[in-house]
Amino acid sequence: MTRKGAFLKGMKAGIPIALGYLAVSFSLGIAAKAVGLTAFQGFLASLLNSASAGEYAMFSLIGAGASIIELIFVSIVANGRYLLMSCALGQRFSEDTPLIHRFGVGLYITDEIFSLSVSIPGKLNPYINYGAIAVAVPSWAIGTALGIIAGNILPARIVSALSVALYGMFIACFIPPAKKDRVLLFAIPVCFLLSYLAFRLPYIGELSEGTRAVILTVVIASVLAIAFPVKGEEEEVQP
Amino acid sequence: MNAYVYILGMWLITAVIRVLPLLVLRHPIKNRFLKSFFHYVPYVTLAVMTFPAIVHATDSTLAGAVALIAGIILAWIGANMITVSAACCVVVLVLELIV
Repeated sequence: MTRKGAFLKGMKAGIPIALGYLAVSFSLGIAAKAVGLTAFQGFLASLLNSASAGEYAMFSLIGAGASIIELIFVSIVANGRYLLMSCALGQRFSEDTPLIHRFGVGLYITDEIFSLSVSIPGKLNPYINYGAIAVAVPSWAIGTALGIIAGNILPARIVSALSVALYGMFIACFIPPAKKDRVLLFAIPVCFLLSYLAFRLPYIGELSEGTRAVILTVVIASVLAIAFPVKGEEEEVQP
Repeated sequence: MNAYVYILGMWLITAVIRVLPLLVLRHPIKNRFLKSFFHYVPYVTLAVMTFPAIVHATDSTLAGAVALIAGIILAWIGANMITVSAACCVVVLVLELIV
């Protein structure tokens, strides 16, 4: 695939992400406005950070006038899952990929763009990521600014409906592999169950969603890796 | 503290979290446990992020639950990402109009 072809493919795949982002970032903008951010500040925060839970947390810190130590702590907790995603994506890069691409792809690891990268078989093509980023990230940033400017202009029904767009993407990512892989087929309902239990349990249930996701992922993926180690090189070489 | 300190501060910390593993782990991992672990990470993390979050994202819990089931069925029969995503939205929109 040419670079241009990959970029266009990424842009096309980025459209549903962009639509979902518009809705989510709109409500993020409402939260930003509540703590007194200007539309430009909200736009910049989203353009740079592109992290929903992280930004929500950041806005509440701004509202509370929190210290730099708290900012560091919250940034790590709210965005720690990207560390795992970055490790996992690293295994999908071809070894001779220039470092600049590792940097470019890494900077914009979001839940959804990660989900897109994982859904494409074979080695990771950075230009697909760039195409998706070019469509999705501006939408996230503009949506935040619009939320600050226009407040409650979007009907609640529409916001509620669009809020599942991103989960739809996740589903489309983990179901097809589960169809082909018995371990995943069994693991996914277990993930749902444990995630629900973790949400209901005392202490763990009070943690942020991001932190719970990290803990659950490390525990479940470790157990799976011990019980069902993957064999040699045969997977992920399909074109 | 100025709002820009928070915005740029979180950006810097998050950029390190996102980029560092990619820059450090440049070679395929040989260790069988770690290799398997990172094979499972993407699917496990997306699954735990989807449920129960999807049923809390919508105004009506039922609409979120039906959207989840509809999404799983569509993805299972081979619908692409856009279709699955759009179908989940439509399910919620319609159900919340009725309920």
